[in-house]
This record gives sequence, structure tokens and C-alpha cells, in this order.
Amino acid sequence: MRNALIAGVLIGISCGVVGSFVVVNRAVFLAGGIAHAAYGGIGLAFLCGFSPFLGATLFALFTSTLLAVAIQRWDQRLDTVIGVLWATGMALGTILIDLSPGYHKDVMSYLFGSILAVSRSDLYLMLLLDALILAVIGFFYKEFLAISFDAEFAMTVGLPVKLFQCIFLWLVGLAVVMMIRVVGLILVIALFSIPPNIAERLTSSLKRIILFGSLFAIAFSVIGLLISYHLNTSSGATIVMVAATTYLVFLSLQDILNRCFYNNVEG
Amino acid sequence: MSRSITNKNAPAIEFKHVWFSYDSHVVLQDVSFSITDKDFLALIGPNGGGKTTLLKLCLGLLHPQKGTIRIYGKEPEKMRKILGYVPQNPNPNPNFPVSVIDVVLMGRLSHVRLGRKYTKEDYNAAIEALDRVGMKDFRDSPIEKLSGGQKQRVFLARALAADPKILLLDEPTTGIDAPSQSMLFELLRELNSHMTIVLVTHDTIAISRYIKTVACVNQRLFLHEEGKITKEMLDATYQCPVDLIAHGIPHRVFDEHNHVHEDEERDK
Repeated sequence: MRNALIAGVLIGISCGVVGSFVVVNRAVFLAGGIAHAAYGGIGLAFLCGFSPFLGATLFALFTSTLLAVAIQRWDQRLDTVIGVLWATGMALGTILIDLSPGYHKDVMSYLFGSILAVSRSDLYLMLLLDALILAVIGFFYKEFLAISFDAEFAMTVGLPVKLFQCIFLWLVGLAVVMMIRVVGLILVIALFSIPPNIAERLTSSLKRIILFGSLFAIAFSVIGLLISYHLNTSSGATIVMVAATTYLVFLSLQDILNRCFYNNVEG
Repeated sequence: MSRSITNKNAPAIEFKHVWFSYDSHVVLQDVSFSITDKDFLALIGPNGGGKTTLLKLCLGLLHPQKGTIRIYGKEPEKMRKILGYVPQNPNPNPNFPVSVIDVVLMGRLSHVRLGRKYTKEDYNAAIEALDRVGMKDFRDSPIEKLSGGQKQRVFLARALAADPKILLLDEPTTGIDAPSQSMLFELLRELNSHMTIVLVTHDTIAISRYIKTVACVNQRLFLHEEGKITKEMLDATYQCPVDLIAHGIPHRVFDEHNHVHEDEERDK
């Protein structure tokens, strides 16, 4: 349980940082595509008998690279490319697992997460990935900001836009792999999109969105985990439900407040 | 025809037999022209005629399939520090959470190395550029809270922050009101005293008193160095099938009609 709580905090950080850029770049489905395509790597790992995490990482990075190329070559049809990779990754993973010997009960844990099974070495890996993500985004913040805001202009001032887009998608891939452990690949996009989206409604500075987004993501993970522990429900699904409920309540409250304020001004 | 190009007396922008196509769709064919330092060039022509493509070629965003482009005698990619660009789309990423000053600082990226922080000098240049376009008081506002005209001025400031020698603007007056337009044109006239300006525009009448050179772009390019926009050029650009008039032998057609005076009166 202690490991699980620490894992919740660690993925919260990567969620907030990468998720904020995903949301402002309107790339939520891109992240979803990478997450699902990673299943192909999990299948491959089962078949060949290496760590499913390594498999997922390799596939996530491979898919990120493919998507980066797709964005740069065929901008208009990006959604199609995402759809193809999304479904193909899942299909490939399923077939590879079918072909691999033995019975695979723990396949479900990659789909829906199993934060309670997080080991100490997993935590070190997550810490490392967090550090990597923070270092890259921190070091090149102004470049990522410029490219996210206006990629074409960024090109005119000589930024290596394509390279940065690729690096950004790799970071998404790494964050996705971390989150597969906790919420599972199917539920990844909820944790990527909800915390930054709530943060975006509270502030209009990207730095604060990243900060608040991380805090929200940590809070959702920890609260969801505690609830799932007491109700004996799946941790990943519970975390996502906590996030979704907060989101709904938040939107409704904001709407009601806006209406009240608007009526007062009118009256 | 081979003339050695030295940096000093090279033309600000020079196209030599430039061909460009997207896949099999030819956008520009055999475009050759040059403009001198501190020229004010208006590019007019129908939508899809290749005006924006031409700007992007100048910026090195696109590369011609045939022909050469030189900016003060050098390849566009090497001249990024002296090129300022104001793109057509005033909302590249709507509702993006960023402040005005941070947007203008992006104009300094050509002067700052990767991974380095903006310096005091960069901030000062950005503030000065904002002051220039009358938006200094908005420096901390979120960009999404601004009107279309205000955004356009911020994007102009972003281009000016780099202290460019050539300013390229793509339809900067789209969606902004008349007072902001004339303010913009006055500002461009001031800037023109020390920088070359290339402007893609539909507002041919409003702009005509500021420009020095006009080019009609519709696959081919015709340069009119008088800088006067005549009714025929407008007709050619917007009403008549452009192929009949602006292509081939434009000057003969211009000679046949004579509505120049009408147009000048209307201008006043």
C-alpha cells in the first residue's frame, strides 16, 4: 500500500507535466493511441518472455515516432493514423498473447492497472522517468511553449520543430508506460486529460496549469487508491471515477457560479 | 545573366525561375523578381493564387522544386534572424494559455540558443516591440482575452521583437476594424523607413498610398514598380477570370482600358 501511494504521487507528477502539454496541444487522442498501441509490446513481451514493461516502452516509443512522422507528413489525416495504430496495437497484442504459452490472468492488470502490485524497483523506474520528463520539459520549456502555441512561427525562427515534436511524443510515450502500471492503458487518457483541464479553468498560465494539474493528478490517485482499498474495488477504475466525478462537480459548480454572477450583473 | 551576388548590394529578396507545387498541383510557375532594400511590396491576387506560398518560400518554410531564392544574397534558412513574419491565422491554437509578453518573446527565439533562458535584453526588446504597436499595457494579459485587432498587433510585435530587416505580413488586416487598419498601415509606413516590407493583402485600396511596388500573383508573378494599384489590376485580381488579363500580356490590356483617374479619385 505504501508503494502504491508513492506510485500515485510519482505518476501524478508526470501526468500533470506531460498531460498539460497534451491538453493544450489538443493531443489527448494521440496519447490514447500511444497507450493502446503499447499493448502490442506487452504481447510481444509475453511471447518472448521479457519484461512487459520493456515491451510497452519499446512499442510506445515506436508508436510515438511513427505519429511524429505522421504529423509532419500528413497533417490532415492524423486522426486516421491514430485510429489505425490504436486498434492495430491492441489486435497485435491480443494475438501475441494468444500465441504465448500458459494462462495469462495478469493481462487484465495492464489494461486496467494494478497499482497495488507496484514493486520497489518499479518505483525507482518511475522516479527516473519523472526526473527525465521534468529535466527535458524544464530545460526546453520556452521551445516547447513556442512550438505548442504556433509551430509554424517556431519554424520561422529556426527551432528544430520536428525534432521537438518527436521528443514530446516520446515523453508522452514514457508517461503512458508509467501510467499503465497504475490505471491501465485503457484508462490512461482520463488521467492525462482531466487534471490539466480542471487546472486550465483556474488559471491561464501554462506553468500554473502544469503545477495545479500535477497536484490534482496526485490527489486523484491518492484519494482513488484509498477509496478502492476500503471498498475493495479496482484501483485504476476508482482513480478514474474520482477524477471524473471531481471534473463533473467542478464543471457544474463553475457553471452555476457563472450563471449567478451573470444574473447579478444583469439585475 | 550570371552576376556575382555580394551581400551589400544584393537585392532584399530575389526569386530566380522559381517553381513550386504541392504534389501535382502547380502553385507558382517560373517566378522571377527582385525587390531592393526598404521597398514596400504588396502581393495581390486571387485566393489560391500562391501569395502565401510565396511568403513561405521567402521564410524558408517551403522549398522550391526549381529555381533559387535569395535574401540579401543568401539562402532564406540562413537569414532567419533578419526575417520577421506575421502569419495570416490570428489564432494558431485558440484558448492557448499564454500571456502577451510570452508570445512576443517567442519572436526572440532566433537570437537565443536552445535551452537558454531569455535575457534582460530579450525582455527589453519584447517590451519595446509591444510599445511600438501600442500594446505595452497588455503585456501580462492572456492572449485569448484580446480582440482580433489586438492579437494582430501582438503578432506584429512578436515579429518586430527580433529587430528584422524584412517584415513579411500575410493579410494582416483580416477581421480587424477600420481604425486599427489605418493605425497598422501608418505603423508600417514608419517601419518602412528602416525595413523592407512585403505584405499580402486584399485591401488594395486602403494600402495603395503606402506601397512602393505591387505584384500580382496568380501562379505567375507580375511586378509593377510604379506602386500604383489601378482599377485594371483590381479587376484582374478579383472580378474577371484572371487568366485573361493578368497572365500573358498584362500591359497591353492595361493600356487598352483607362480608368486610372477614377480609381485615384475614389482613393481620396
